[in-house]
Amino acid sequence: MIDSSGTTMTTTTLTTREKVEKSLARRRAAETRFRLYGMASVFFGMLCLVVLFTDIASKGVSVFQQTSLTTDILLDSRYLNLNKDSKVEEVRFANFEGLIKRHFAKSLQPKSRSEKRELFKLISPGAAWQLQELLLANPDALDTTISIELLMDDDVDQWFKHDRDLTKDEINNRLSEQQLTWLNQWIAEERLDSHFNTLFFTNGDSREPELAGIHGAIKGTLLTLMVTLLLSFPIGVAAAIYLEEFAPRNRMTEIVEININNLAAVPSIIFGLLGMAIFINIFGVSRSTPLLGGLVLTLMTLPTIIISARAAIKAVPPSIREAAYGLGASKNQVVFHHVLPLAMPGMLTGTILGMAQALGETAPLLMIGMVAFVVDVPGFINDPSTVLPVQIFLWSDSPERAFLERTSGAILVLLSFLILMNATAVILRRRLERRW
Amino acid sequence: MNFSSLIIIVIIVLGGAYFLGRNRARTVSNQGLRMHSLPGHYGALMALWTGVPALILLLTWHLLEGPVIDHLLITQLPAHIQAADPAQIQLAISKVYNLAAGTGLAPDPSLMPAVEHLAALNERTLILNSGIALSLCLICCAVTYRRIKPALRARTEMETIVNLLLLSSSGIAVLTTVGILASVAFEAWMFFQQVNPLDFLFGTTWSPQVALRADQSGSSGSFGAVPLFAGTLLISFIAMIIAIPVGLMAAIYLSEYASSNVRQYAKPALEVLAGIPTVVYGFFAALTVAPFIRILGTDLGFDVSSESALAAGLVMGVMIIPFVSSLSDDVINAVPQSLRDGSYGLGATKNETIRQVVIPAALPGIVGAVMLAVSRAIGETMIVAMAAGLAANLTANPLDSVTTVTVQIVTLLVGDQEFDSPKTLAAFALGLVLFLSTLVLNFIALKIVQKYREQYD
Repeated sequence: MIDSSGTTMTTTTLTTREKVEKSLARRRAAETRFRLYGMASVFFGMLCLVVLFTDIASKGVSVFQQTSLTTDILLDSRYLNLNKDSKVEEVRFANFEGLIKRHFAKSLQPKSRSEKRELFKLISPGAAWQLQELLLANPDALDTTISIELLMDDDVDQWFKHDRDLTKDEINNRLSEQQLTWLNQWIAEERLDSHFNTLFFTNGDSREPELAGIHGAIKGTLLTLMVTLLLSFPIGVAAAIYLEEFAPRNRMTEIVEININNLAAVPSIIFGLLGMAIFINIFGVSRSTPLLGGLVLTLMTLPTIIISARAAIKAVPPSIREAAYGLGASKNQVVFHHVLPLAMPGMLTGTILGMAQALGETAPLLMIGMVAFVVDVPGFINDPSTVLPVQIFLWSDSPERAFLERTSGAILVLLSFLILMNATAVILRRRLERRW
Repeated sequence: MNFSSLIIIVIIVLGGAYFLGRNRARTVSNQGLRMHSLPGHYGALMALWTGVPALILLLTWHLLEGPVIDHLLITQLPAHIQAADPAQIQLAISKVYNLAAGTGLAPDPSLMPAVEHLAALNERTLILNSGIALSLCLICCAVTYRRIKPALRARTEMETIVNLLLLSSSGIAVLTTVGILASVAFEAWMFFQQVNPLDFLFGTTWSPQVALRADQSGSSGSFGAVPLFAGTLLISFIAMIIAIPVGLMAAIYLSEYASSNVRQYAKPALEVLAGIPTVVYGFFAALTVAPFIRILGTDLGFDVSSESALAAGLVMGVMIIPFVSSLSDDVINAVPQSLRDGSYGLGATKNETIRQVVIPAALPGIVGAVMLAVSRAIGETMIVAMAAGLAANLTANPLDSVTTVTVQIVTLLVGDQEFDSPKTLAAFALGLVLFLSTLVLNFIALKIVQKYREQYD
């Protein structure tokens, strides 16, 4: 700040005090600037967070609404070739799709083949399935006219939710003039409406966007996390106890410690390579299963859990141990009866955070085949399945606008799970953790 | 009776053994003899001896069963399949499994002996497996039961077994590292048998297409990984340009300037950025940031690729901010207050103190934090897999599309693959490079951070 190589004139005429005072304004300005840079950095971080959340929320909120058309349709037993005593299999194979097509062809009278095709395109293939489910649940409905909210195709759904107030030229959509006329007619009759989208939460994956849901992915995630938790919590806690309480202070222990710290920073994709080479190729665990995913994620989260469990054990004051020793407890009794219960809240918090990390992990699961297109909801840990983050990855590749919306919706669900887990960890820490 | 029900049976027997042992110890001590340990210790010892050997046996058996059965099945396959290449054999074996499971495949008469053999084998292994496991369970239980006498040091013995279990748990972390190294290095070794390591490390063309048939010419694939390394470094560099200044300034502001109230909320809020799954960032980068940059760049007259390195790098930088900030925050806080007070005493302003005293003192730790962040950026997969391209361009232009090591690993390995083609093995060679480079970075960084933390303690 002080110019030592200044000219002779200034050095002789200015005292140190004057020099400092002269530079003070500049130094104060630098101080303010520096402070502003800091504030701007924090603000930038927050801004990114807000932009990210609002962007995804704005894209994804509409997934919770699904457009359907209220229709009175006759469940014609002759057309369906069913009677009141038909078996479940017969109902499953009945031609509900044809029934719906016949119904709309009759009521709207499309003029040509191409118009007919356009009309049928408005209705989702899921509509036939709706009728089938309805008839299975209530066999008496056969030969009666029922009022049902038929599921509409994703193009209609997108148009209804986002574009219906725009003119034809503004719409970047695949709907034709004739289709729009029908849709507007339905809106005028107040038959086309959107309702809460339960299918998104009850269906597995599908090629049809309006039928694709996250139930399968959520179930797969829960099963995978269950395997991860059951393996990584006991192993992680045991390893932490050993390293903190029993391990002799020698070179071996040091290597194990360095190893664990390094493992925590190994890129997750490497664990996918490990899972592929060892679990699939050598042990023959079947691909795409929550069991395999859980094994890989266990190895990945173990270091995190061990590190936090060790910190929790370290936080238990030595006086507790000494008191227990003084009463004649053995080393194991001190650890298991006194240290472990006191360290448990901290360990649980660390484990929840490790699970949250596992919940969001995608890359290693891509390697072990969890990217497969799985329609069925997995029943147990050895059924092929996918997990929520991988489902997001898969959908984000699809060009349809409805899948974009579903991707964002699935992200919202994933983020709410994460917030829930982190909030639990924070509450647990506040409630249970003791300051010594 | 399958594997999981066997495990459950063993666990039930184990529970029973505990009570049996405890009661036995009580009976013995009721006869007026003074026992070495508490009855519960005898029970626990019984339970450990009953459960642990049987569970270990069951697990090893379960893991080794598959490969052994496969091996036995190969001998039952028709001669022409046995002579064929491994892929054919694998195909035939999975067919056999499906036929045995009765999954509506058209039966293949030539495979029928193998299918019957599999059914017989399955039946035999199940009987053998459950028989051995359960008898091991009961024998160990009986032997320990007989050993319950006042002189038996049950607690000491139990504690030894428990300590061994604890030791083996911490061994799993070491085994993981060994497993990673062994598997990745082995596959990479196979790759280097087919491709010269020098060509791999210094070649500048990456096009991992391999001929479909052996007699096909022209597309033998070239595995020069330099464009991948360059792409990885370019994206990491862009990320660090964002993350280092922002993260460092945020850490300085939060630890030196912010009131404790602001700090209490701002710090966790920043750390939320680190908790967001990378697939979410990838989606954001690919569908929001990349189109935005493309439109902006085109308006300014640049030629922007739709999968530009810039988009992936920027978003990755945002993701890494909290890593840099929370680690730097730690090291800045570790600088003792006396250094700051000394500087204030000499008349320095706060910002001069920070820049000329605190930062130089914290520099090694900050360097360590940055290295950890770099290793994070290099290993990051989902953002680049979704937002960066597949084209292996050797370029330094951030508006161009580049590919990275992790993206190539994902593309080479996702989907169906045979395990002996250089294409698949190349992924493992890339994995080895990735693992070693991040390992070295982490190792040095952790050493620096650790050493630095102790310096002022």
